[in-house]
Amino acid sequence: MKSILLAGDNQIDVELTQEALGRNNLANDVVVVGEDGEAPDYFRQSGNYAGRKGGNPAVVLLDLKTPKVGCLKVREEIKGDDSLRTIPAVVLTSSNEETDLLKSYQLGVNAFVVKPVDFHDFMEAVSRPGAFWAIVNEAPPAGVRSG
Amino acid sequence: MERLKSILLAEDNHMDVELTLEALGRHNLANDVEVVNDGEEALDYLHRRGKYSSRLEGNPAVVLLDIKMPKVTGLEVLKEIKGDPKLRMMPVVVLTSSREESDLIKSYNLGVNAYVVKPLGFEEFVTAVSRLGVFWAIINEPPPGTSSGIA
Repeated sequence: MKSILLAGDNQIDVELTQEALGRNNLANDVVVVGEDGEAPDYFRQSGNYAGRKGGNPAVVLLDLKTPKVGCLKVREEIKGDDSLRTIPAVVLTSSNEETDLLKSYQLGVNAFVVKPVDFHDFMEAVSRPGAFWAIVNEAPPAGVRSG
Repeated sequence: MERLKSILLAEDNHMDVELTLEALGRHNLANDVEVVNDGEEALDYLHRRGKYSSRLEGNPAVVLLDIKMPKVTGLEVLKEIKGDPKLRMMPVVVLTSSREESDLIKSYNLGVNAYVVKPLGFEEFVTAVSRLGVFWAIINEPPPGTSSGIA
């Protein structure tokens, strides 16, 4: 069973997202990594994640207040690496700005979810991506190379 | 979030079309689904040419793409979409019965947004397609340039 990797730039947002994901009763582990440097360590099984089990996550959820900055980082970390670039990446954000939306798609995110302000709607909206990406979507095999 | 967005379904198997519409219908998502039966027709629709030359401007919120289709295959359609500056940001989800790893790898390398293997059982199929529809037609925010659908 592949994990769901949750990376965010705000502790409270990340906790809420974790809570919403938990409502799906997903069997997948949700691994939370901090914004700086931990995601690459997780992928490369280095640093704090040296010797971890399992391959690439089923999906990387990017819980971002500032999608533009966060997505640029992810692009460097994931999309620029041939062995990682096909891992699905989904932005979860409270930003309604079209420039963030456009930039994120241009950088190659697979999907972009605007988090509703209302608590009930939020729980509903954030649990759905979990169900789709962890259960329905077929993730790429580990180590897929381009070309 | 409640706005109904359009879906393009490219599928040559009529039984699978019926099943997919049935599944989407369970979440009231079947109203604005355009069905095309081969890859050539899918490209005509997206490029607004041939019998689709008079359709309104705007891309669907998501394209559900079968792989094995006559004339132009799903992978060729995917390649053309992801190589076209006007279409490349539009989400494409492969919906296929192919469990071949080579199709999965090729699709991701071409930039597919998601890859769904059609479950064999009826209930499983309906559940999977419903989740797919809810995520891509309701939850996901499509890129700029997406048509707002028929309200």
